[in-house]
Amino acid sequence: MAGFLARRFLSVLFVLWAMTVLVFAIVHILPGSVAHMILGEFATDAAIVELEERLGLNQPLYLQYWHWFTGLLRGDFGQSLTMERPAAPLILEALGKSAILAGISIVLVAIVGISLGIHSATHVGTWSDRGLTLMQYFFIAVPEFFWCILVILFFAAWLGWLPATGYSPISEAGILGWARHLILPVSTLVLGLIAHISRLVRSSMLEAIESRYVLAARAKGLPERIVLRRHALPNALLPAITILAVDIGILIGGIVVVESVFAYPGLGRMLIYAIDNQDVPLMMGGMIVITTIYALANLAADILYAVLNPRIRVSGTAG
Amino acid sequence: MRIPRTLIVGGLVVGAICLLAAIGPWIVPFEPDAFSVRERLLPPSAEHWFGTDEFGRDVFSRVLAGAHHSLLMGFGATALSLAIGVPLGMIAAFRRGWTEEVIMRGVDLMISIPPVLLGLLILAVTDPGLMKTMIAVGLVYVPIMTRVSRAVALGLLAEDFVEAARARGEGAFHILAREILPNAWPPLIVETALRITFAILLGSALSFLGLGPQPPDSEWGLMIAESRPFISEAPWIGLAPGLCLCLLLISVNIVGEGLRDLLDPRLRGRGHG
Repeated sequence: MAGFLARRFLSVLFVLWAMTVLVFAIVHILPGSVAHMILGEFATDAAIVELEERLGLNQPLYLQYWHWFTGLLRGDFGQSLTMERPAAPLILEALGKSAILAGISIVLVAIVGISLGIHSATHVGTWSDRGLTLMQYFFIAVPEFFWCILVILFFAAWLGWLPATGYSPISEAGILGWARHLILPVSTLVLGLIAHISRLVRSSMLEAIESRYVLAARAKGLPERIVLRRHALPNALLPAITILAVDIGILIGGIVVVESVFAYPGLGRMLIYAIDNQDVPLMMGGMIVITTIYALANLAADILYAVLNPRIRVSGTAG
Repeated sequence: MRIPRTLIVGGLVVGAICLLAAIGPWIVPFEPDAFSVRERLLPPSAEHWFGTDEFGRDVFSRVLAGAHHSLLMGFGATALSLAIGVPLGMIAAFRRGWTEEVIMRGVDLMISIPPVLLGLLILAVTDPGLMKTMIAVGLVYVPIMTRVSRAVALGLLAEDFVEAARARGEGAFHILAREILPNAWPPLIVETALRITFAILLGSALSFLGLGPQPPDSEWGLMIAESRPFISEAPWIGLAPGLCLCLLLISVNIVGEGLRDLLDPRLRGRGHG
């Protein structure tokens, strides 16, 4: 187990380092100089030279990379070009806001998705199972950004129950005002993922129910409830953990979209802002922070999988 | 092999959308980009089926004229990821050793970036446009195609007919192109069909974020993004392209899952991500 953990951890470190190279390379090597990108195509040569001087862009690439990389390690993400402030605190603050969205969503997806999946699997063929299956089909295929439009249309524009955009901190608006701003973004984020997870749990639960170990447990005369909870469920949940990790990637993409639509001041919106305004340090910092979180989430999922599935500890290769 | 009815229905809908997208520019009732100040924000009517937008442009004509974007992004990007991913996966499976190591570690690296982020990263530094979005989406799905085709090829390389080809002294290219590829199609078709839904989703999401085709183009994601200021006043501007996009996604998804059930019954009902 310790060997497996060490190997996984090292590979995460490698991936993160390679990410810094990749992000840096894509931004700096693709056609078009960074200074041109920032100043626009009609910039004067003098202005470009001045900006390159200020940002250290006239140094050789490997030096620029080295400065940026060692800065990252020290928690220094450079200076935001548009806000004229250090990028790190800006990113950190936005990250906190996004973490609220992501945390609530993940918990909801796990609880609701798994419960619905179990319900479907134990009620195969009933109207509730058929209804859920039909809804899953629909919810998986509808793009998040279109959901945003639909929920804003119904709950904010027509019914006027909830605010369409923005964020208000607990200290100003109280718990209720804070929560009212979260309801629409969170529900948009979770719909597709709940459909995805519940569908997977349904099929893996069905597979478990038809297995021989469940048959054996039933033959022992165990009550159905115990058979499901102690024998079928743990095996059915293993694939759900892997998919939950994949879904974190989808969730991150969803957060970028949802935050920009709902004008929610998180990391996703900041990233789009940085791209629109060619704020390179903010953009690269945001990218690195998001990939780090994604890598750590995947690591956590692998560890959880290994803890729950003894077979993996022996072979030592997860996923 | 009985073809399920859902697959036929889904296939017909996808076919109809492709046909409409292909002939769209010639059958539009109005010029899609023509402004008409006196006809701003008109609700759907017999004349303007989907209403008009803030510039008085006919939404139905715009939806029709923009249909090919989503299809190009879905099918084009998936074709690109196949064209790069399949050879890479096959070479990795055939050569083993350090070639495989390099390719697969590269794949691991690409997969550790969330898809939308990888698309954003590629599009952030170039001027947006349909082709670039398509290429970005295609690159995002290269690693998955590489993984799948490597796994398929590894399985096939152990078969007797490959052994026979080797014994005949056939070269690497012959074995991969003539022996492995023809037998690798069923699982690759399944993966491709399922991938198209995600490619359309990702492409339209990137366009929605402003990183795809630019105004006055009528890509559906872009149309939905532009409709936001008028959402309570004139919801049809966003609903029309949105519902068309949903119809396309659901029918492509039905075709993908139908093909999977048909070609690979073991995977029936399994989630995909």
